Amino acid sequence: MKPVNQKAWFLILPVILCVAFSAILPLMTVVNYSVQDIISPERRVFVGTEWFKSVMRDEDLQGALARQIAFSLSVLLVEIPLGIALALSMPAKGWKSSAVLVVVAISLLIPWNVVGTIWQIYGRTDIGLMGATFKALGFDYSYTGNPTHAWLTVLLMDVWHWTPLVALLCFAGLRAIPDAYYQAASIDGATKFAVFRYIQLPKLRGVLMIAVLLRFMDSFMIYTEPFVLTGGGPGNATTFLSQYLTQKAVGQFDLGPAAAFSLIYFLIILLLCFILYNWMQRVGTADNTSEAGHG
Amino acid sequence: MARIDLDLAHAYKANPQRDEDYALLPLKMTFDDGGAYALLGPSGCGKTTLLNIISGLVKPSQGGVKFDGVEVKDKTPQQRNIAQVFQFPVIYDTMTVAQNLAFPLKNRGVPADRIKQRVGKIAEMLEMSAQLDTRAAGLAADAKQKISLGRGLVREDVSAVLFDEPLTVIDPHLKWQLRRKLKQIHNELKLTLVYVTHDQVEALTFADQVVVMTRGRAVQIGSASDLFERPRHTFVGHFIGSPGMNFLPASLLPASIAKDVPAGATKLGVRPEYVTIADANAAGTVPATVTQAQDIGTYWLVTATVAEGAVVRARLSPDEPIPQPGAQVWLTIFGAHTCFYKDEELVA
Repeated sequence: MKPVNQKAWFLILPVILCVAFSAILPLMTVVNYSVQDIISPERRVFVGTEWFKSVMRDEDLQGALARQIAFSLSVLLVEIPLGIALALSMPAKGWKSSAVLVVVAISLLIPWNVVGTIWQIYGRTDIGLMGATFKALGFDYSYTGNPTHAWLTVLLMDVWHWTPLVALLCFAGLRAIPDAYYQAASIDGATKFAVFRYIQLPKLRGVLMIAVLLRFMDSFMIYTEPFVLTGGGPGNATTFLSQYLTQKAVGQFDLGPAAAFSLIYFLIILLLCFILYNWMQRVGTADNTSEAGHG
Repeated sequence: MARIDLDLAHAYKANPQRDEDYALLPLKMTFDDGGAYALLGPSGCGKTTLLNIISGLVKPSQGGVKFDGVEVKDKTPQQRNIAQVFQFPVIYDTMTVAQNLAFPLKNRGVPADRIKQRVGKIAEMLEMSAQLDTRAAGLAADAKQKISLGRGLVREDVSAVLFDEPLTVIDPHLKWQLRRKLKQIHNELKLTLVYVTHDQVEALTFADQVVVMTRGRAVQIGSASDLFERPRHTFVGHFIGSPGMNFLPASLLPASIAKDVPAGATKLGVRPEYVTIADANAAGTVPATVTQAQDIGTYWLVTATVAEGAVVRARLSPDEPIPQPGAQVWLTIFGAHTCFYKDEELVA
């Protein structure tokens, strides 16, 4: 007979309280808003799934979602390979390594709104280095007027801001590979590319998974930098999901639809992360059926 | 395949002054083509450094390495055409067992049908034919190490195959199997094999010639019986054997033995296997007091104190009468198998 001891429940009580106040209760407020139409503090009507339905039909939202997905995918496609390349070319040891690490990490230390401001100035055709250079080269660059330019500038800004994170993660992953692997590869006559393909890349799988998830989640929720740089424009070329949500909730005070959409937003991120995680797990262990047998 | 001549010294620091600064003191040795050699010594004795110098992962700070008379000091492992197996299994995670084994051949542009043939042969030798299409990453440590061994053996034209304590991660019962497998493979393939280990049983069973090393010095190169019967250095006497050789200062020896000690020798060495219990005052004996008698299973290990606290151990057969602690006995320490040492070096 196992002794029954219910006292353990008390020990997890603090955690339950913390999680309740920090996550569950706020989320429940959102759920509360999402199913009611609040006309005034005294008058509220239960509307069921009405807000969810109307939000899903909203063409502006569909546009923002499509832009958001395209943006996040571009971020991953550019930052992951670039981060790996950067990590591979960073010196491994000595003072050079430390110096390069500091330089690479600088952009990570800059607050989001400052990053936006930096690029706002950088892209100006009158006083900004990048904008002025484009202009001098005879290229009609304008992140405030041309939707494509605006979109690419936001992407470039994110790449500049966050590729170092991917690079630092990969750098740490590379340093964790034992020397014997490189020695064995050298003895097996492997080319540099083969070393990358068969040793470095497989050994980086773990950190790359973290990098992809982090970069995906962060870019999917991007708000401050494009808000400062372009304000979501021109038109709504750089209005991503969180900005759209803020416009709805704070700008128009449509709390019901905004709450309904928040929940959908949350579920989309959860779902996409789940899919990404499982996919990357499977890529790493495909047809690895014998693993279970050895434990 | 190649004969390997070493004439070198190595220090990891610049400007070595004292002996302690050297990872390898000046040494000269030759590994014959097709021989099985072991580098045996305690941790930190320089055996792995020596191995890495042969393979080309480390460049000696003085002297050089010759393969078949050609200086290869500045050549990479690839150019030297060396295969090396490391202490911990190194496998390519994303490849199957077959792809792992084929990797060294593929990198060298060997035709596909030839690769298939070699991989099949090596897999058969290592008893891995059934696992060829399994992904290597999921296998147990011993299977992974077998793949590492296989990658070392798959090329036919290698100058030498070097093993750096390859059985460290393997379970004892599999260790024994793999060691036999290696020996068998050596007989079949006639490759030059150099095997680094700190385990004397491993070295003595695997190699034809064992190089015993300590503190950066190769103190003796010889067959198992050379090392056992005539240790050239007291370290070899200590290190080889279980327990190691007994050493007694010449000054403690009774006159009956002292007259036969070669001039200048300061130590007498005798293996516990050759120490026997004799009648009082018999020739070549010393009186001793038994301090301990242990049953080691197939033999008894008797420890006895001679004059001034010098200890002699004897391996006695359980069929003989075993003296109990406290007993006064006479031990034969001088005979055909007794060695004499001066400055730790063998003189007779």
